Amino acid sequence: MDDAPVIDEPIDAEPPAPPPSGIAYRHRLPTRLWHWLNALTVFIMLMSGLMIFNAHPHLYWGQYGANFDHPWLSFHGRPIPGWATIPSTYNLAAARRWHLAFAWLLSVPLILFLVTSFLNRHAQRDLAPTGEEVKPSHIWHDIREHAQLRFPTGDAALRYNILQKLSYVGVIFVLLPLMVLTGLAMSPAMDAAWPWLLDLFGGRQSARSIHFICAGLLLAFILVHLTMVLLAGPVNEIGSMITGRFRVPPSVGEEA
Amino acid sequence: MINRRRFIATGTSGLLLGGCDRLNNSAQFRGVLRSAEKLTMASQRLISPRDALAREFRESDISPIFRSNGTRVPGTDEYAQHAAEQFANWRLQVDGLVTHPLSIPLRALRTLPHKTQITRHDCVEGWSAIGKWHGVQLWRILQHAGLSTRAKYIVFHCADRFGDKNYYESIDLVDAFHPQTLIAWGLNGHLLPIPNGAPLRLRVERQLGYKQAKYIQRIEAVASLAGIQGGKGGYWEDNVDYEWYAGI
Repeated sequence: MDDAPVIDEPIDAEPPAPPPSGIAYRHRLPTRLWHWLNALTVFIMLMSGLMIFNAHPHLYWGQYGANFDHPWLSFHGRPIPGWATIPSTYNLAAARRWHLAFAWLLSVPLILFLVTSFLNRHAQRDLAPTGEEVKPSHIWHDIREHAQLRFPTGDAALRYNILQKLSYVGVIFVLLPLMVLTGLAMSPAMDAAWPWLLDLFGGRQSARSIHFICAGLLLAFILVHLTMVLLAGPVNEIGSMITGRFRVPPSVGEEA
Repeated sequence: MINRRRFIATGTSGLLLGGCDRLNNSAQFRGVLRSAEKLTMASQRLISPRDALAREFRESDISPIFRSNGTRVPGTDEYAQHAAEQFANWRLQVDGLVTHPLSIPLRALRTLPHKTQITRHDCVEGWSAIGKWHGVQLWRILQHAGLSTRAKYIVFHCADRFGDKNYYESIDLVDAFHPQTLIAWGLNGHLLPIPNGAPLRLRVERQLGYKQAKYIQRIEAVASLAGIQGGKGGYWEDNVDYEWYAGI
């Protein structure tokens, strides 16, 4: 990767610094491909997963859990409405076909992306928070800026800010791997092949509960993410995730 | 720009909601989804030692009540007669591609060497129950019968009916010869209750609940599943499109 042309390096790597209000190369091809594949896959996984949840809308902790046991979350009937499920009318078999097919499109590219982003140092360079950034004063400053809808301009707009870093790291390195591993822990054949899955999550029904909680957190991330894209300028943001090129907002000083 | 935004928004939701249902109705697309079942089975078999054991639990892990599902009492007169006789005349047929077809009286089956295992039953719906099973390892029965080298699948024909169809299930030889695969006659220290499959049911511990055929009357060794009922290897597989390989 070191001998790649400059244009293939994320702009925040090192100087040469971009012109403050120019076009910068922001997202590399693996990031863009993976982003749009996930944009489709995650929705299909969430919606087919909610249909599967409709089959037994009760969650338990521990190794076992069924109708005579004590759920920590329980609904009557089929709680998830048709507009939120795949397919839209009750069909456990079809939902499983969708879920277990698209699970491959979620998990294999996830592994490839994790490996790639360590090898090309995307993880270390762009996603890992620096020591300075994780200071409470810095995080608090960023929260206040976000709350006032003041977004970074100039050079700062080319780096992920700390709230972005924490949410991307949380999703890529924690939530998505947890989704896959808790999913596997629900498979009786996987539990025989990899018994540590049961020990890791404290049982199949605990794994199922964690799977559901992580799905909820993922949905929350998507809602915040889409809101931020809209607030930060959807054309530039979406465009940069398609072409890789990002129009750098002029810094405040220049604008004035 | 508003138009573009609206286009993206309606396009996305339309694609997701209407499109998925339309795709789901396309036989071709369902075929693509179905190919994932073979991929999953091949991958799980690749990473599993052939005899990788399902977790066996402690007595204290047993579910207070083992939930039954599907048929709770087979509704035929014939079964009612057997139940009234406490299954004294129940026999297990073993036939198909075997050198010595068998007809084993239930009493004789219960005197064969048996195995006890505390394992977890996972329903396709999502719930799990842990129970202690007592039964004969299937490989012993198949060994008595002398399985032909042409046999590829073991089919379990059951006494319960859904409408005009008999319940049945099937597994391949990897699972049939697995040390935890039992023809079970007992649950939690008692003879099998009727809702849990009396007098005989299958335990195939690395697959989901609908594979654990209850009320078994006949075991048939076959080279292909094509000629049996709907040809997909099981009642739910034929009628609802559940996966034949239910390892996940």
